Amino acid sequence: MSKPVFVYVTYIAAPPERVFEALTKPDISEKFWFGYRVTADGKAGARMTAFDPAGRQVHDDPIIESDPPRRLVYGWKSLYKDLPDERPSRVTFVLEPLKDQTRLTVTHDDFDDGSRMFEMISKGWPAVLSSLKSFLETGRGLEATWDEEQRRRAGQA
Amino acid sequence: MIDMGKFKPGTVYVTYIASTPEKVWQALTDPAFTRAYFFGFAVEVEPRVGGAYRLKTPDGKVHVEGEVVDWQPPRRFASTWRVDGLPGYGDLPECLVSYDIEVSGDAVKLTMTESHSWAIPEAILEGGRTGWPKILSSLKSVLETGKPVAMKMEGPPPGMAEAVRRALIEKPWTKAR
Repeated sequence: MSKPVFVYVTYIAAPPERVFEALTKPDISEKFWFGYRVTADGKAGARMTAFDPAGRQVHDDPIIESDPPRRLVYGWKSLYKDLPDERPSRVTFVLEPLKDQTRLTVTHDDFDDGSRMFEMISKGWPAVLSSLKSFLETGRGLEATWDEEQRRRAGQA
Repeated sequence: MIDMGKFKPGTVYVTYIASTPEKVWQALTDPAFTRAYFFGFAVEVEPRVGGAYRLKTPDGKVHVEGEVVDWQPPRRFASTWRVDGLPGYGDLPECLVSYDIEVSGDAVKLTMTESHSWAIPEAILEGGRTGWPKILSSLKSVLETGKPVAMKMEGPPPGMAEAVRRALIEKPWTKAR
């Protein structure tokens, strides 16, 4: 049995520079990432931080690689207290230019078998990345509806 | 009628679209829409269970031929697929492609599931895993902005044609799973 790996590919009608910026700047992320403020614009060794819409810090993870606007890798461990205490997993963003647009591949791996976080991110990324695409193409993100539990945790329900 | 119980999901792709179930349904079943986002292919579908399903290339050749197995506008649409447009692929067992459409807040959650009745090699699944993100990203853009996205036209992934050749010799679907 191989370890769980989540892969999602989406094509976005925006250049890699704009996609990278949206993934790393909190003032932009909060407009599509369901109110979460995500900061990941540092170099390798700096931190990726995220705050939920209620202002609670939910991530403080290492940036493992950063090569704007082509590649970003960071660790992933939720700080929410009510989640099982799992070791950090890893998120890799690869941005490939295609004319003036982007093929974005998100790979979330390095989970243990039976990871509860894996179940959560498998639901979460399609919603976040759909909203990112809508935001960059139309100026409007989507509504947070990915799952009720997540919304309660984020203090939105 | 096919035995749906034999089919297991091989590839699932979920996308959320700022649209309505009716419009997403139309985008999946109306050739004017599919030509815009599905590599220029026109869908032809008889609107009933048991009806014919076809995808035709821009020059009118049948690329995919199948049968409607679920028709519940605007919630669920499924059909079998036999890919006749690529050499050898038409001799593989047909697969099942289903679309589930759900309201999700102010958007629509579209789930595409490609299922297979045999232990299909990863190398063949890779074809769909390359194609579906292009098709469904472009569908979303066509519904939200009126314009498809740029996509790189690339041949089948490495190893895919070889895996099809081998499958046609070994016919693993004739053996018990």
